Amino acid sequence: MYKKRLDGRKASEFRKTSAEVGVIKNAVGSARFQMGKTSAYAAVYGPREIIPRHKMSAKSGVLRCNYNMMPFSGMGDRVRPGNNRRSTEISYVTENALLPVLDLKRFPNSGVDVFIELDQTDAGSRCAGITAASLALADAGFSMKDLVVAVAVGSVDGTLVVDLSYEEEDYDAPVADIPFAIIPSTGEVTLLQMDGKLSQETLMKAYDLAKKAADEIYDIMKSALKKRYD
Amino acid sequence: MLKCKDKEIVVPGEVLCEGMDFLPSHGTYRDDKVIRSSMVGMVNVDGKVIKIMPTSGRYFPRRGDTIIGRVFDITMNGWRLNINSSYPAFLTMMEASSQFIKKGSDLSRIIPMEGYVVGKITNVTGQNLIDVTLKGPGLRKLDGGVVINVSSSKVPRIIGRQGSMIKLIKEATGCFITVGQNGLVWLSGEAENEVVAVKAIELINSDGHKSGLTDQVKKFLEKETGKKLEV
Repeated sequence: MYKKRLDGRKASEFRKTSAEVGVIKNAVGSARFQMGKTSAYAAVYGPREIIPRHKMSAKSGVLRCNYNMMPFSGMGDRVRPGNNRRSTEISYVTENALLPVLDLKRFPNSGVDVFIELDQTDAGSRCAGITAASLALADAGFSMKDLVVAVAVGSVDGTLVVDLSYEEEDYDAPVADIPFAIIPSTGEVTLLQMDGKLSQETLMKAYDLAKKAADEIYDIMKSALKKRYD
Repeated sequence: MLKCKDKEIVVPGEVLCEGMDFLPSHGTYRDDKVIRSSMVGMVNVDGKVIKIMPTSGRYFPRRGDTIIGRVFDITMNGWRLNINSSYPAFLTMMEASSQFIKKGSDLSRIIPMEGYVVGKITNVTGQNLIDVTLKGPGLRKLDGGVVINVSSSKVPRIIGRQGSMIKLIKEATGCFITVGQNGLVWLSGEAENEVVAVKAIELINSDGHKSGLTDQVKKFLEKETGKKLEV
């Protein structure tokens, strides 16, 4: 049984979090979101004409997310830059996590590019990326019914914990890692992945923990967006 | 029941009011018994109507708007302009000048690539094609000077009530200034004065949502130019 967390946190406690918007001046909207040592930047460009043209749709604007880890963001070894299967998958699920809140119908025949770059990672990178992207889109002035908050919940040797660190993901016992992306106002889930084994009942408990954490993180995101106008 | 204050900055998803007393307008939506914001912006409560004034966001083109555009492509019959919006604008040969332009002539000699123009939007079609004309008072190709980029949502503040703010800056710096609704601003004057005018406009761009702005700008201009100004 995993009783005491490696860094001393409570089971439902997520790591120290910080959020800031407007950090990349060239972008229409941008944000930096950090949870523990994992730090993600997101920059939004558009709506704009995108190339290749056939990717655009006459019915609605399209969202293109690109997730990337910087070469120095890993735990010592150089992370090879550029697309790979993992980053392609994360880019894809990130797009699907954000689309449900965005209203892109008012921008047909155009696209919105979101670039997510991780400058430092310690597990939970796709969650930090989605959260940063959500902040950046709001900062850019897009019409969104709500923000999207992403946080991972895991089961480490039978104990459910919020916001796994790399050490916990790597723990020498059965570990299940479940990243969630949640719409705070409705509780709807826009990203749900699982790496490991879990019973349905435990998954529902994991969701409850994630929702609670998401509500707290939403408040942090709200402050960051408002702080720009103080 | 209102859950927020007028002129408060709110974010997407934030509850603005509970109950059915208010009507959701621009930037808000009804979610069962509450009204929520759908963007980052400033709350505006007008009687029973709640709406959000966006604090950022790209320029949304409208017919009749005067804009400043940059040429990024020259085609057989006109110029494609970047007007800092989601879509490019198009200026045809016919609309570029009252003088006759011979078919097949080199359009880059009339307005070059990367050149700037002040135009008026004549039409925004359903397909989001934006037509621009250069025929009209004050509309022209821009020469010299400097073009800066500000948030299109701040343009009303930069112009001021009946042009009072921009007039203040013009008087203080002696610069020619043209403000495009799309957030591009052209200035031309003595080098030092251009710098002061640019700084004044950037001040409005960053602090435009706060109160006491006119006094702030007046103080800044008086300090920089040494002139005594009347608002």
